[in-house]
Amino acid sequence: MAILKTEGLTYVYSAGTPFEKTAIDNINLCIEENCMIGVIGHTGSGKSTLIQHFNGLLQPTSGKIYLENRDIWEDKSKLRDVRFQVGLVFQYPEYQLFEETVFRDIAFGVKNMNLGESEIKTRVLETAQMLGIENNLLNRSPFALSGGQKRRVAIAGVMAMRPKILILDEPCAGLDPKGRNLMLNQIRDYQKKSKSTVLLVSHSMEDVAEFTEKLLVMSHAKLFCYEDTSLVFRRAEELQALGLKVPQIASVMQVLRKKGYHLPEDLYTVEQAKLAILELLRKR
Amino acid sequence: MLKDITLGQYFPVDSMIHKLDPRFKIINTMLFIIMLFSGNYFYNLIIGAVFVILVQILSKIPFKISIKSIKPILPILIFTAILNLVFIDSGETLWHWNFLKITEGGIYTSVFMIGRIILLILGSSLLTYTTSPILLTDAIEYLLSPLKKINFPVHEMAMMMSIALRFIPTLLEETDKIISAQKARGAMIDNGKLIDRVKAMIPILIPLFVSAFRRAEELATAMECRCYRGGEGRTRLRQLKATGKDYCSLMICSLFLIISVMLNFIIN
Repeated sequence: MAILKTEGLTYVYSAGTPFEKTAIDNINLCIEENCMIGVIGHTGSGKSTLIQHFNGLLQPTSGKIYLENRDIWEDKSKLRDVRFQVGLVFQYPEYQLFEETVFRDIAFGVKNMNLGESEIKTRVLETAQMLGIENNLLNRSPFALSGGQKRRVAIAGVMAMRPKILILDEPCAGLDPKGRNLMLNQIRDYQKKSKSTVLLVSHSMEDVAEFTEKLLVMSHAKLFCYEDTSLVFRRAEELQALGLKVPQIASVMQVLRKKGYHLPEDLYTVEQAKLAILELLRKR
Repeated sequence: MLKDITLGQYFPVDSMIHKLDPRFKIINTMLFIIMLFSGNYFYNLIIGAVFVILVQILSKIPFKISIKSIKPILPILIFTAILNLVFIDSGETLWHWNFLKITEGGIYTSVFMIGRIILLILGSSLLTYTTSPILLTDAIEYLLSPLKKINFPVHEMAMMMSIALRFIPTLLEETDKIISAQKARGAMIDNGKLIDRVKAMIPILIPLFVSAFRRAEELATAMECRCYRGGEGRTRLRQLKATGKDYCSLMICSLFLIISVMLNFIIN
């Protein structure tokens, strides 16, 4: 079932000045429940503008957004509820921390939802555990943590609101490979457990190949495609023409196929590729 | 959105006036201001108006944008007009009530003052519309450089000014981002009671200060890495060079000033 729908979504920055720029142009989308979705596109393709429409931070110049079949701009007083249901984590979210303790920072969003003290506590502890934030950190100042821990605290602050859709803008930017993997696994676990929809904006094709079911590809302010991840990576040449890459392993497979090895077309993670090559070797 | 605030109000189009040397533009603006105050006749205003309109057309700045610059001073205009109207006592009395009276001289002066202030604002905004803030600071540094002889830290002042100007848009963008991020967590910023709104500033101000300090430190390190040691022996990437056009503009401005001053003598 579709949880979020957009119709002809268009947004123009600084309309009527010399700096005028169409950031997204006529986007029609239908986002399902319980799904891990990757959002890719080159820099300036409109990804960030698009995701800020999903929780009502930006008002579209024209077009409509429906959350569970209700136009989110129909009643402006309910916009805040929309933001609790569509959680948005910006890039480098650690720069938004402000509270005295980690616990209070994670609780900020939940507190705004006017929940009871005990409910707030359960949610904070549960989210902290899910993201591997140890209990002894909860009473420390968030400014005393390491970069990776700060990032987790900031993400936890949004996750604790238990949104139906969680949007993460490059949650792994600036993390080391080990940290990336841990973070992505934790996000996947969260998605499985909460059965919510997670949108993952990323520049790493390897990450989206491994962790997402569907891909939303933006190009020059327009929606290029929204399809199953495997289907998208079959269109390697088109993606390359957009200035995007396919996962490294998919390029390797592409070259091998050109050399005459019979490998299937939908290989885009290292694990799948390994199995396929072993299979090929066994047949010889 | 905060980003929409026009800062330094620079309006980038390609025009003759934009290309003039900023030092000359500053001097010309000063000459223009002197011209406006050089006489108390409407002729002086007319010459000023001709000058403003001429520069306005040459600069390709839309009139609509210039009109906007008058809006903020509207209260001052009204205040000046009323004061002049009520307290200047010369010529024929047209209307009076108790100690208040409106005279011919009062009307004349208040209309004249409004005209003068409007021209003053229009003319000087043309300077900021056509010159980027960075060029403006460069020019100010150059024009103030004689003050170095009395140990006034001209270069340091100019450097601080350009750093401040450079970081205003960056910090505005940052503020915008932080506001969005806290809104995404349900912070109420646009509505609620006054106390709630003040409280809502905390989640914005703290991250903003933290990031401003972080940026300042990074910038200081970066400057040290590039061996910054103040103004001594420092050369410039953008050299300000005066051309024939610049001297020409200076001459035209001087001419306007001379005509304006001369008119006073002729009328007397």
